[in-house]
Amino acid sequence: MSESDNKKPNRRDFIVTATTAAGAVGVGVAAWPLIDQMNPDASVKALASTEVDISEVQPGQSITVLWRGKPVFIKRRTKEEIDSARAVDLKDLKHPEKDEDRAKNPEWLVMLGVCTHLGCVPLTDKGDYNAWFCPCHGSHYDTSGRIRKGPAPTNLEVPKYVFVDSKTIKIG
Amino acid sequence: MSDHDYQPSSKLGKWFNDRLPLLTLSNHLKEYPTPKNLNYWWTFGGILTFCLITQIVTGVILGMHYIAHADLAFESVEHIMRDVNYGWLIRYVHANGASMFFLAVYIHIFRALYYGSYKSPREVIWIIGMIIYFLMMATAFMGYVLPWGQMSFWGATVITNLFSAIPFVGESITNWMWGGYAVDNPTLTRFFSLHYLLPFLILGLVILHIWALHVPGNNNPIGIDLKKPSKDTVPFHPYIVIKDLFALLLFLIVFAFFVFYSPNILGHADNYIEANPLVTPAHIVPEWYLLPFYAILRSIPDKLFGVIAMFASIFVLVILPWLDTSKVRSAIFRPIYKQFYWFLVADVIILGYMGAMPAEGTYLLIARVATGYYFIHFLIILPFLGFKEKTLEVPLSITEPVLGGFPNEAATKDTSNIRKNL
Repeated sequence: MSESDNKKPNRRDFIVTATTAAGAVGVGVAAWPLIDQMNPDASVKALASTEVDISEVQPGQSITVLWRGKPVFIKRRTKEEIDSARAVDLKDLKHPEKDEDRAKNPEWLVMLGVCTHLGCVPLTDKGDYNAWFCPCHGSHYDTSGRIRKGPAPTNLEVPKYVFVDSKTIKIG
Repeated sequence: MSDHDYQPSSKLGKWFNDRLPLLTLSNHLKEYPTPKNLNYWWTFGGILTFCLITQIVTGVILGMHYIAHADLAFESVEHIMRDVNYGWLIRYVHANGASMFFLAVYIHIFRALYYGSYKSPREVIWIIGMIIYFLMMATAFMGYVLPWGQMSFWGATVITNLFSAIPFVGESITNWMWGGYAVDNPTLTRFFSLHYLLPFLILGLVILHIWALHVPGNNNPIGIDLKKPSKDTVPFHPYIVIKDLFALLLFLIVFAFFVFYSPNILGHADNYIEANPLVTPAHIVPEWYLLPFYAILRSIPDKLFGVIAMFASIFVLVILPWLDTSKVRSAIFRPIYKQFYWFLVADVIILGYMGAMPAEGTYLLIARVATGYYFIHFLIILPFLGFKEKTLEVPLSITEPVLGGFPNEAATKDTSNIRKNL
């Protein structure tokens, strides 16, 4: 078949290439619904925000609420806890973030109770910083929920939230 | 092999066989020439087939009574245990069957490592085996989630969060796998679906694994090529069939011991507490068969590299046929490799133990050393050893050491190749 070796592409080559390309696009389009069906569905997304009554929480106490299937810690911090969080030098932090940026209202710290390592729920008032400690793989967080020691790569995540009034927080 | 000469004796058989040669296949399986020196470590292939069938049969039955829903799953498992006729037995066989399956597969894999069964020309058998092993781990993990206990839920959380370590797309991938923002009902229902599917993929791969095995034939304890059929082989039936069945009987004694006398010893008490997304158990441990990998994951202080190391520990096994440079297969003739082999066995057992212990202090230190050694064994010792090791004299046939001389020399395919290895 030496004749076909150095022949210019003919109409059949064009048809083969065009059909293959169209077929590949078609398979891709047909596969997308099969893949996308696994993403969070409408009913899951509908639960995007939660309102929490915080009037009963005393200084030093912490409550845990469920938001989008995840625990959220709402901690009313004491003066000492705020001071110790704000006194930290940013250079000592693995994931440098100012406490002022994490807690808009310094008394209230709101963050996801999900360890940024592999998703366990950290224990409150435990660990080297007497704040949060993850029992699964030993990550220690400080009174601002920042990672100080252990395998977790980042600080505990602060979700979007607003103070609706003095005793209600809306998360999400 | 006389496959193509085979003719069914009956007329009906011949008529059918001409149209679909199933009788030729069964004749091949019956006559399949097997090395006559196979020891009991070779019976685990048959035992594993039994384990797979047991898991599929008990699993299909459990699927008739189980309800894959976050609110009902835990109760439906208790319903199986208390109300369904023999439900307790079927569930305990299925749950302990998973452990027995892994016990057998670990013996099967370490047998292949000792006798060099992964080497040319059996690389494809080995790689298919490793894919089966990987799918087994995925299946077992998803099955463990189904009872929706505390260990189910938090095990699922930790393992799926491994994928969040992937840069940039990690979070999208985990949300996609969960079908939400945390492990929840959508996660449970898809795990059930996949847990039902994967065993049948494994079954298909097992057929390929056996098919690939039947091309070169079995390796054997002295790891030499045999002429088949010859004085060195016996037909699969009845010789190997009976031996496999006897070994299976012994294996079933162990199996039955767990099922009837300590059905929960390999499980975790926390899994009898219903899943609670607000409370993580104090000490999360995977099932025993995943512990060595868990120890490797935890021994690396960085999230992404921990995950990479864990997957790499399985991947080095896949490329093992090219890492081990020695031409001699069996450890019997490799005095140095034999020692390193037992170091590796000890290393994996140590890793497993460390995976069950808290990741701190001395435990963590030992886990790190053991993780390092695991990779050194495969990536440095094995390639180097193939060039440096002085191997012992390999016999030319199975009968030779017994009968003396080289009775089978003429029968071996390529004697010059064998002599070179001496």
